[in-house]
Amino acid sequence: MVSKSPTNPLVMAAQALFYGLFAVIIAIFSTWPDYVHLDGDRSLIKLSFSYHGEPVGECRERSPEELAKLAPNMRVAKVCPRERSPIRVKVDLDGQPLFEGSAPPAGLSKDGASTLYRRFEVPAGEHLVSVKMNDNARIADFNLVREEKVTLKPAQIMVIDVRKDHGGIFFE
Amino acid sequence: MDSIRQGGLALLQRIESFFDAFFGAAGNPWRHLGALGFHFLWIALATGIYLFIVLDTGIEDVHTSIEYYTHEQWWLGGILRSLHRYSADGLVVVMLLHILREFLYGRFHGFHWYSWITGVPTVWLVYASGIGGYWLVWDQLGLFSAVASAEWFDWLPIFSTPATRNFLPGVLTDRFFSLLVFLHIGIPLTLMLALWVHIQRISQADVFPSRALALGTFVMLLVLAFVKPTVSHGKADLSVVPTVLHIDWHYLFIHPLMYLTSPAGLWLIAGGATLLLLALPLLPHKKQGPIAVVNPPNCNGCRRCFVDCPYGAIAMLPHPDKPGHELARVLPELCASCGICAGACPSSTPFRSVEQLVTGIDMPQQPVGALRQDMERRIAALSGPVKIAVFGCECAARVGAVEDQGTAVMNLMCTGLLPPSFVEYALRSGADGVLVTGCREGSCAYRFGTQWTEQRLSGEREPHLRPGVPAERLRVAWADRHEMSDLKAALDVFRENLKNLGADEMRLRPYTPRRIAKHG
Ligand code: HEM
Ligand code: SF4
Ligand code: SF4
Repeated sequence: MVSKSPTNPLVMAAQALFYGLFAVIIAIFSTWPDYVHLDGDRSLIKLSFSYHGEPVGECRERSPEELAKLAPNMRVAKVCPRERSPIRVKVDLDGQPLFEGSAPPAGLSKDGASTLYRRFEVPAGEHLVSVKMNDNARIADFNLVREEKVTLKPAQIMVIDVRKDHGGIFFE
Repeated sequence: MDSIRQGGLALLQRIESFFDAFFGAAGNPWRHLGALGFHFLWIALATGIYLFIVLDTGIEDVHTSIEYYTHEQWWLGGILRSLHRYSADGLVVVMLLHILREFLYGRFHGFHWYSWITGVPTVWLVYASGIGGYWLVWDQLGLFSAVASAEWFDWLPIFSTPATRNFLPGVLTDRFFSLLVFLHIGIPLTLMLALWVHIQRISQADVFPSRALALGTFVMLLVLAFVKPTVSHGKADLSVVPTVLHIDWHYLFIHPLMYLTSPAGLWLIAGGATLLLLALPLLPHKKQGPIAVVNPPNCNGCRRCFVDCPYGAIAMLPHPDKPGHELARVLPELCASCGICAGACPSSTPFRSVEQLVTGIDMPQQPVGALRQDMERRIAALSGPVKIAVFGCECAARVGAVEDQGTAVMNLMCTGLLPPSFVEYALRSGADGVLVTGCREGSCAYRFGTQWTEQRLSGEREPHLRPGVPAERLRVAWADRHEMSDLKAALDVFRENLKNLGADEMRLRPYTPRRIAKHG
């Protein structure tokens, strides 16, 4: 049995060794190994939007008979369906398909915004980005379109977004 | 799985015994991981107060203000920042080891369920506290972590607008920053509360490490703070992706793990691990024995059982018949069936002349009265030049293996059940020596069995061994399950010593109780 007196050199050495080891474990994993999140010659395209699609059906006028049946305070002539269209998206990069999908409207009665978030790592440099969207279930074709040549610096983030007040699809 | 656990436990106990040799049980970090957790948390809290005071709480200024105290004021702000960081890292390390240790010791089922289950949310809170701290620095690492966390949480259908949209170029406000501050203060405070809940069912919880251990670890962090001061990455920039990051793997490993798998994958891993921990108590396991029973006529209200119970399972209530007196009462849902209370009760002394020894608080599966009978019978049956009575513990080195003509073995549920007067009684009824063994301090399945026994035998704790008992005839040799050979060796040395001592030296007057003399 070793003497546990703190002045015993063997005890002191063993304790110092232990604390040193503990410190090394804490310190090493505190910053090492480096994590390469994105290679130096790559950039990131984020496709992200939160956007209200068009109503799924046409608005229409109520007939006078219909109006008469409603309570007086509910007699609004125009009725629109609450449900919104899902947003269909197709993104091509340099002519190659990058993403194709659809974002359903949120909410139980499907009257909320459609949201989407995707990240794509791409090589830095010049690209032809073409984005097509459809926000109206009554139209078959893509009714929102944007195509642009962009130059992405390494590590640059480019966001593809869509907003009515930005005039539709925009790159940022 | 149980055999893996047993194997792991044997290995852990070897490491712990090794450290005992250099740190002593009280200073052995392995035996005080929970206390070290609290210690690191206090350091993080104390340093955090200073850091918060000098912080500029605006999204544009925070990085600059942290850079200022890291570099210009390195001698105070910088050191405190590093202490804050490294104590938080230390917390993760000791927490993970604490979980592993409690698991290996099998402390997840039966009455342990409470401590185990309440421990699980603390893991989430520790991680949430630490990760939130990285966001607060608002450097590229903080931005990376915030975005990765947002991407992770967006997988859950909880936000109407995805949280990730907050980090698109140009939308962050000071309100966002106030939220970060709120989180990084609120979550650690919730952690404190959760830890308070965690130790509720444990009496005299080990929340402060010994002076030596507290000082040792603090100096360690301080040295680390000088040798490798914590520095930030560049200021967060929402328009670029952080590429190469020196991440703190203690906390931020979840992000690379997510990019390696997917947000759903990380939820599967984190959720699965949490569910696994929560489900462990449901695993089949040995059933707990009957709980302690109070015998009111033999309880004088001395409170010793109340003080010694490791799980706060005893309440002292006013005596129904004797005004001004108290009576012990066992709280069934808290009792761990350890028997430490029976060893504490003054009524447990075998010298009482009653035919049927009934004590104040007793274990139905190993009553003190039966223990006296068993001991009398076994000692009477001993033969040979040196007769030794061994008291051991079911959880420790298997004492049954040392039984022979000259050695009587009493296997207790926990050595803490041994009333010290039994040692004197054994010596006076024919044993030449008594050896007490059990788990090492800190290995005890019931927390205090070893410590209390040691203190009772050395006279520091009631009920104490009478000072007349010659030290030469009592040997205390703690031995964990895997230390059987150490126990055997200790017994051999003891036997040798007793042989050299001679039959009459340092010997207590023999004692034959009247009830035995009468019956012959
Ligand atoms: C930062 C996190 C934690 C801290 C600071 C902490 C601290 C403590 C402390 C001080 C004790 C009392 C030890 C004693 O007096 O014997 C304890 C007991 C215990 N802890 Fe933790 N704990 C933490 C997390 C956990 C976790 C995550 C688990 C398991 C999932 C856990 C499981 C247990 C168990 C089972 C016991 C009871 C031991 C017994 O019954 O003897 N703890 N903890
Ligand atoms: S058996 Fe153990 S847990 Fe139960 S009352 Fe006695 S000392 Fe407390
Ligand atoms: S130790 Fe015995 S006498 Fe004292 S309070 Fe407990 S049961 Fe009663």
